[in-house]
Amino acid sequence: MESLRRIRALIRKELLAVLKDPKSRFIMIGPLVFQTLIFGYAATYDLDRVRYAVHDQDRSNASRQFLAKLDGSGTFARIANLHDQKEIRALIDNKEVLLVVQIGQDFERRLIGGQIADVQVISDGRNSNTAGTALAYIGTIVESFNAEWTRSRGGLPPPAKAVPRSWYNPNLETRWFMVPGLIGMLTLVQMIILTAMSVAREREQGTFDQLLVSPFRPMEIMVGKSVPSILIGLVQSTIVLCIALFWFRIPFQGSFVTLYCGMLLFLIAAVGIGLMVSSAVATMQQALLGGFLIIMPFALLSGLSTPISNMPQAMQYLTLINPLRFAIAIVHRIFLEGAPLRVIAPDLWPLALIALASLSIAVMLFRKRLG
Amino acid sequence: MTAQPEGPVLSARSLTKRFKSGKGKEITALDAVSIDIPRSAVTGLLGPDGAGKTTLIRIATGLLVPDSGSIRVLGIDLAAHPGEVQSRAGYMPQKFGLYEDLTVQENLDLYADLHGIPKEERSKRYPELMHMTGLGRFTDRLAGRLSGGMKQKLGLACTLVRSPDILFLDEPTVGVDPLSRRELWEIVYRLVKEQGLTVLVSTSYLDEAEKCDTTVVLLQGKVLAQGSPSEISSIAEGRSFRISTPETLKPRQLQARLMEAPGVVDATLEGRLVRFVESDPGELDPALLRGLTVTPVRPRFEDAFMTLVRRTEGKERDPSEARVRLSPDQAAGVSSELVVEVRDLVKRFGAFYAVRDVTFQVRRGEIFGLLGPNGAGKSTTFRMLCGLLQATGGTLSVAGVDLHHARASARQRIGYVAQKFSLYGQLSVLENLDFFSGAYGLRGGNKKERMQWALEQFGLAQYSGSPAGQLPGGFKQRLAMACALMHEPEILFLDEPTSGVDPLARREFWHRIGSLADLGVTVIVTTHFMEEAEYCDRMVIMVDGEILAAGSPAEIRGRARMTEDREPTIEDAFISIVEDYRQERRAA
Repeated sequence: MESLRRIRALIRKELLAVLKDPKSRFIMIGPLVFQTLIFGYAATYDLDRVRYAVHDQDRSNASRQFLAKLDGSGTFARIANLHDQKEIRALIDNKEVLLVVQIGQDFERRLIGGQIADVQVISDGRNSNTAGTALAYIGTIVESFNAEWTRSRGGLPPPAKAVPRSWYNPNLETRWFMVPGLIGMLTLVQMIILTAMSVAREREQGTFDQLLVSPFRPMEIMVGKSVPSILIGLVQSTIVLCIALFWFRIPFQGSFVTLYCGMLLFLIAAVGIGLMVSSAVATMQQALLGGFLIIMPFALLSGLSTPISNMPQAMQYLTLINPLRFAIAIVHRIFLEGAPLRVIAPDLWPLALIALASLSIAVMLFRKRLG
Repeated sequence: MTAQPEGPVLSARSLTKRFKSGKGKEITALDAVSIDIPRSAVTGLLGPDGAGKTTLIRIATGLLVPDSGSIRVLGIDLAAHPGEVQSRAGYMPQKFGLYEDLTVQENLDLYADLHGIPKEERSKRYPELMHMTGLGRFTDRLAGRLSGGMKQKLGLACTLVRSPDILFLDEPTVGVDPLSRRELWEIVYRLVKEQGLTVLVSTSYLDEAEKCDTTVVLLQGKVLAQGSPSEISSIAEGRSFRISTPETLKPRQLQARLMEAPGVVDATLEGRLVRFVESDPGELDPALLRGLTVTPVRPRFEDAFMTLVRRTEGKERDPSEARVRLSPDQAAGVSSELVVEVRDLVKRFGAFYAVRDVTFQVRRGEIFGLLGPNGAGKSTTFRMLCGLLQATGGTLSVAGVDLHHARASARQRIGYVAQKFSLYGQLSVLENLDFFSGAYGLRGGNKKERMQWALEQFGLAQYSGSPAGQLPGGFKQRLAMACALMHEPEILFLDEPTSGVDPLARREFWHRIGSLADLGVTVIVTTHFMEEAEYCDRMVIMVDGEILAAGSPAEIRGRARMTEDREPTIEDAFISIVEDYRQERRAA
């Protein structure tokens, strides 16, 4: 009872300290909203109006038909018609275009003659991500051009055709993948920094000693420091969730209860890591640097920026201690696929283990530091 | 040096400076201040915190521009040619910018570079400065490793590296031990005598005023008096007395009663004697002094200062508010029961002994002082007593247990006020009190009652909604004390409670401590203000981690060398004890 009362006093004080000041209230919410909007709009692999140039040596009906398909797709924007092969280099080098489509002078003749007609596509490989996606798009367009051509000549349709249907994200919009992922990513950053700083601030101001000479037990201080951070984290993840739902209108397929169960476990793990940082540092500056030192690899190994299955095996093992990896997997599955608790269990229990480990290490470091 | 016109080196006329503080409020830091500073002399600027001392110095150095009024320094109009004045003035601010990761020599070089001192001049100037400050042996030491006093000397050397014509020193002796303080003053006087330097020095140590050629007393931005120390002292002529304490009372109890009596502006301790100052001759009710021997004494600067301050502040500061009343069940009184026992205590950091073989006992209801310069090991001893640090060796017991190993609940019996008042700056006074009472498990009616008690007893009601971080220094200290007393501890630990607190607030503070002890609370306090030792029942003097002397104030005083015509103070005793110790070590 006594112990609970002391913890309650500490929790109230922590929340007051953070929420009383309008400036720190803004810092809790402002950057979060701002970052979610920026990521939602800016971080996208979807192509839109890719600038390209055409060197059409054929100038035939067939080549015009093909180019009309390209222009009509909405994905590509033609900005130049070239008359000489030599013009290509300058355009690519100056980044004026990402692609140049070159059609040989015997394009139509070969098509009519039933021979293979080449469409050469030159791309700027310095931007490999975008170029790759754009080339794949062109491939699709060529395929559909072929089908139409054969059909209009009364020929047989191509023997086999891939019919893609993307489940859970039918248009494969990056935003649907990115914004729900931010629920984990942004809260992780805030949790680690907030928790690490709150202890470091007390050390710097000398109030930590004041806590240590009062009847607080180390465990009580840990709980009193964790609960407010977790509460704030829940509010913050709700804010990102609301932006995803109501601003970007990303359809939510799962259950909110399941989502919050996963988030709670994730927040406990994140706070545990924040406390670990705080028991290792002495000043606020160190807390901030230490926090970012941990956040960066967590963010890179989370699977949000690059797929985990593409990483070298050793790196893949490393992601197993990253709470963000599991949190993002959980959020994606609940959000887009509507996975029930049973299905996300394989991602939940590692999160629980990480939470347990980080909190235990934090308590250990804390005790050790007290001598 | 070019020939100077005669007359004051600095003369200011009706300087006024206001600062904005928060929501539309304005603070008048200087209110129509006019002063003259004579050539080749030391002028002392005296006043409590917030009197406007630093503002005045910063205006005189051209770092701040006054709202109105004019100031001429070295015959130059400061407003018109600030650069010209600055190139001839030296300024040592309260926190001088030494680079702690550079050596003494590197710091000097840096300042010489900043001021563009040519090489040949340096080779002449450096030895002079090193000789003067006694830092010659330490040129390779990192500035961060110097003691407080040596840091100040190095700061002074850096300021003097280009031979200024006028020197401004802002509280150069704060946090410096008595020995180093004395040495700093000697350096300043040598500069005045040998080089004809003009010095303006601010201080809140009233005893230092007597060392100045002339003084300016500032309070709330106004000049209360200007003149030589003896001229100012004469304000209290015929009003200063000394009485001896009857056997039935402790001197501090008599002093406390006098403080509360109407017609008394000040009362201080001098061993078994109490010195007091009447507001006007014959003002004090003679019945109060019946049966006591009252001897008139020659007034000193402090007496006059307190008279001036009380006259200005009027009835605003009511000393009776400073009396702490605890709940009646705590009124235990002094007993012979030992509440703190320390035996052969050792704390070692690597090869460095911060505390070495320290032994002492404290009885219930005692005020026990740990005295010594910065770095003597006082705070380390304290932190071990409070359970914040583990001792390397020896035994210690506080209220029967070693707090470092005892159950957390044992800490319910102690209160602790850390060196810089550790409060939650963003939280209001009320929220701080609420948190600390919650931390000690108070609740419901009891908690409400204690919070009300704290607001009343410490005069904090007017500030109850203000953030603790924005309170004036004295009130921060009061709040820190109140927070430490919410749970009515038996033992109160106070680490340098009066450092950074002005003389007026310090008097109030000791008043409170006295009444706490009378109620049976054991008080253990560290301080580097030697005159405050008079308020302790017993004390130890620590230097370099060791106890050099222990006893009552009277016993300690007895160890002073009788060299001067006046009676020895604790500070004199401290200096003799430390000098003897250092000589012994040198001999060994």
